[in-house]
Amino acid sequence: MSVIPAARARGSALDAARAGEGRALVARLDPRSRVLLAVAFTGAVVLAESLSALSIALGVAIGLALLARLPWRLTLRRLLALEGFMLVVLALLPFTVPGRILAEPLGFGLSAEGLRQAAQIALRANAVAVALAALLGSLEVVALGRALARLGAPSRLVHLFLFTVRYIGVLEQEYGRLRLAMRARAFRPGPGLHCWTSLGHLFGMLLVRSLERAERIDAAMRCRGFTGRFHLLDDHGPERPGALDLGVGAASTAALLLVVGLGL
Amino acid sequence: MAHIPDGVLSLPVLAVGGAVSVVGVGLGLRGLDPTRTPRVAVLSAVLFVASLVHFPAGLASVHLLLNGLAGIILGWAAFPALLVALLLQAVLFGFGGLAVLGVNTMDMAVPALLAASLFRLGWNQGAPRRAALLGGACAAGSVLLTAVMVAAVMALSGREFETAAKLVVATHLPVAGIEAVFTAAVVSLLARVKPDMLARPT
Repeated sequence: MSVIPAARARGSALDAARAGEGRALVARLDPRSRVLLAVAFTGAVVLAESLSALSIALGVAIGLALLARLPWRLTLRRLLALEGFMLVVLALLPFTVPGRILAEPLGFGLSAEGLRQAAQIALRANAVAVALAALLGSLEVVALGRALARLGAPSRLVHLFLFTVRYIGVLEQEYGRLRLAMRARAFRPGPGLHCWTSLGHLFGMLLVRSLERAERIDAAMRCRGFTGRFHLLDDHGPERPGALDLGVGAASTAALLLVVGLGL
Repeated sequence: MAHIPDGVLSLPVLAVGGAVSVVGVGLGLRGLDPTRTPRVAVLSAVLFVASLVHFPAGLASVHLLLNGLAGIILGWAAFPALLVALLLQAVLFGFGGLAVLGVNTMDMAVPALLAASLFRLGWNQGAPRRAALLGGACAAGSVLLTAVMVAAVMALSGREFETAAKLVVATHLPVAGIEAVFTAAVVSLLARVKPDMLARPT
């Protein structure tokens, strides 16, 4: 059961984001620019084919991470989690892709094309992951919701997003309380039907409690005249993009054109 | 699990997944009464937290998908709920990517919808035992279908992924078993304590 350390890790990620606010260059960018930049970057990386272009992309992503002053240890841990999934795919590729055989360890052919494809995937996945962490991961989640709203995401989706962010915190508290109650009754997780059923009941109770809470919140909100429009509180009308945003926008547009010009 | 990272899938697969998810999320949002948003958000948060809770299962530890449960409780609203949960996971933890968000949402939400309609067909109010059995079956089915869809989108992206795709399905077999027991417990509790949660959400 490792929700607590994971929660702590996320807490520190949020704290780190707040500590970086107003300091790092990426933190001074408008959240909307960061969302657009992340989308454009991902698009370019997914479209790019050549290994040199992808290496440059990974370099840019690491540069962004430096500019965002991401905490190293946390970022590396995130990447390791990603690599865990990838390892299976990547380790198999050189053997399953047909092509020129480079070596034959234990009688399985290791093909050049397979190695190339594995490198391509590894570069792409890491570039996107690092860039996402730098641009969006360091952003406060609520600010991300507002940015999405101002970029024209459907308002109901944005509500759902903001409420979800809120309920994750609520759920974690409730979960901690219920787990404590179970521990007080000497429950210890171990493989087996009993454990899974107990955790099922725990989650069921979690759902019921959170839902009743949601109903109370819903009633309170309707009592205050909520009709489905959610007012973004710090909305003084959309601010004009600053010089920094325009500069970064121009630079990344130029970089994209360069990438397209070089033939991806 | 159902977090395919960016860079694995081919462009046509990404495009199709994105299109399916846009339509699904659109339909889900259209049917979503604004006053029901808090309820859907609770489930969305549960889906997010579910991937953080690791279950001991023999030597390895696995995490649950809970898409069957989401479908049973939410119906079509499972689409936006899953999208939000996946987006948060991508942004906060780097599980999955941005361009594959559509495909990942589709892989989770389509089985959820099937589970929902199956559950509605077989269950009417006030039968906790039956609800538990059906819920467990739906949960196991939707985990397996998700694994098969993940494997399928990988295999469609290139023949060389076939071995990895088979591995994905194989690793999901124990998950399906655990999730069946887990969801059966959740659903039977809900059927007894708060049956209106399982009733058709409108």
